[in-house]
Amino acid sequence: MSDLLKSYRFREEREADWKALEAILRRAETGGVRALSDDQMMALPGLYRQAVSSLSVARSISLDQNVVAYLEGLCMRGYFFVYGPRTTLAQKAADFFRHDWPAAVRSAGLSTLLAFLCLFGAGALSFSLCMTDMDWFWTFQTGMFDMRTPNASTDYLRSTLYSEEVYAEDMLAAFAAQLFSHNSRIALFAFALGFAFGLPTALLLMYNGAMLGAFVALFTDRGLGYEVTGWLMIHGVTELFAIILAGAAGFMIGGAVAFPGRLSRMASAREAGGRAAQVALGCVVMLFLAALLEGFGRQLINVDAVRYTIAGGTLVIWLAYFYRPGRPGPGGAS
Amino acid sequence: MSRAPTDTAPPACEEARRARQRRKAWQARIDRLTRELVTPEGAALHLRIGTFGERAGAFLIDFIIQWTIGIIIILAIAWGTARLGLSGWAIGGALIGVFVFFLRNFYFVWFEMGRRAATPGKRIVGLRVTARDGGELKAEAVLARNFMREIEVGLPLSFLFMAGDELNAWIGLFGFLWSGVFMFFPLLNRDRLRVGDLVAGTWVIHAPKTKLLKDITSARPPGGAAEGSFAFSPAQVEAYGIHELHVLEDVLRRSTPTVKGEVAARIRQKIGWQAQPGEKDLDFLEAYYGALRARLEQRMLFGERKEDKFDR
Repeated sequence: MSDLLKSYRFREEREADWKALEAILRRAETGGVRALSDDQMMALPGLYRQAVSSLSVARSISLDQNVVAYLEGLCMRGYFFVYGPRTTLAQKAADFFRHDWPAAVRSAGLSTLLAFLCLFGAGALSFSLCMTDMDWFWTFQTGMFDMRTPNASTDYLRSTLYSEEVYAEDMLAAFAAQLFSHNSRIALFAFALGFAFGLPTALLLMYNGAMLGAFVALFTDRGLGYEVTGWLMIHGVTELFAIILAGAAGFMIGGAVAFPGRLSRMASAREAGGRAAQVALGCVVMLFLAALLEGFGRQLINVDAVRYTIAGGTLVIWLAYFYRPGRPGPGGAS
Repeated sequence: MSRAPTDTAPPACEEARRARQRRKAWQARIDRLTRELVTPEGAALHLRIGTFGERAGAFLIDFIIQWTIGIIIILAIAWGTARLGLSGWAIGGALIGVFVFFLRNFYFVWFEMGRRAATPGKRIVGLRVTARDGGELKAEAVLARNFMREIEVGLPLSFLFMAGDELNAWIGLFGFLWSGVFMFFPLLNRDRLRVGDLVAGTWVIHAPKTKLLKDITSARPPGGAAEGSFAFSPAQVEAYGIHELHVLEDVLRRSTPTVKGEVAARIRQKIGWQAQPGEKDLDFLEAYYGALRARLEQRMLFGERKEDKFDR
């Protein structure tokens, strides 16, 4: 009976090669390219091509569902491996920090400016409103458990800016609290909300800017403006920069969806999406660093001048890292 | 090619025709989810887009895995710091903070950047992430599709759990309805794209691992002892089509002996086969499968696909 079946003979002749390809793929999927021996590397392309042609033949001559489904899966795995990425995760990370991240940030110039204006424009507005009448403070600051309100004494406000005794545990706790404080979440929100044409991103930025402005105004009103700026900016340069960039990433996507130009809306979103995601990943990294600065730097350093120096230093470093001209990437100058 | 329905069709036949229509509708649904990827070798791979149910299931599994890992690690850190005699939560809290930070932001990214391009949940369900243009799945695409999850899951949930007075409850409800659009976005397009997929240029395909099973016809070697006892007439092997052959394949590979017995009885009745004394159901089914497949494959070589028993 079976000798009449062409499909059976066809399978019998090629089965060993299919199994060999499957073994190589299984090995490569668990251990990577380096887990393969030289012989296996040599055999792989030939076996893959053979499996692909087997699939075409099997579709036209065999009615064994299992064989066709098996070959379909095998060829797909082979395809993804043969034409898949060659770089390791470490290589990807190195590329990201060396050129992809700064290049992505540089390509978002206009969006960054817009995000900056949203955050600091709202900040300046709420600051000036609060300076004329401190009642405005209650409009912008809604934190229910914060003692730092217009009702607090100046001495209390001053005491919140400096730590007299420093314990390692306090620093760790502050660091952990910072990580938990959803800053990275706000950054990713700002990125993701960009999809709704960027409007919610703008609102999020303005809301945070207004809260910040009211906060600074409160301290400035008591003659603590210089001190509070140092207290904020030692980590705030990094943190606010990160939030601005996250907003910029959101605006990139929003802009691409709202104004696709000559591309289709889908293609435009996809084109901007990759770069915006790199900017957003960068924000998460920056917020992690900001948490370190806030947890340790701010508690250890209680001298305003040093705080300002660190703030200025981080700003210079970030600006130089992102915008220093003449740094070509691997795919040509960006 | 199919036979026109007659007015005098008996009820059983009517039932079969309805089953056939359902099957066709199902097949059409699968076809709508199938995309062709032409490899550089010129062969076409058939990719089936993962359904919303599969995607949701995979996400649920991942969610459970993610937080099981999280809880285990938190308990381990708590136990470890207690053993070392460290009072308070400062050090443990900081460690947990770092850990949860990475778990929340990079669980999906880490696995999808891996060689299988799938999280454990996706692997269990048999899904993988690929670039829509069939090219390499880039790291930034994986980042984009996962960071977008904030508005697909995070946003609706934060609206849902919005605390406060009646006004806030209304805002929460409207916010939830608005952001629910993002959550159910995959149902609103042909390619079952999430917002994240749309922005990243990816889609999620069904890529299960299929094991190569033994060919059923190989159980009856040519010229074997039982070979001669099953000689089917041409009319008997014309009784069924490709669909019935595939059903029979599934029955032989997966079903219990009782079901096989019932199927064997149905086939014997349909083709008018007189069971010989001592004939086993399994032998009969395997022999008939071999004969039917040989006939149908032969017809296929001549360019005729007999899709099912209604086909001529």
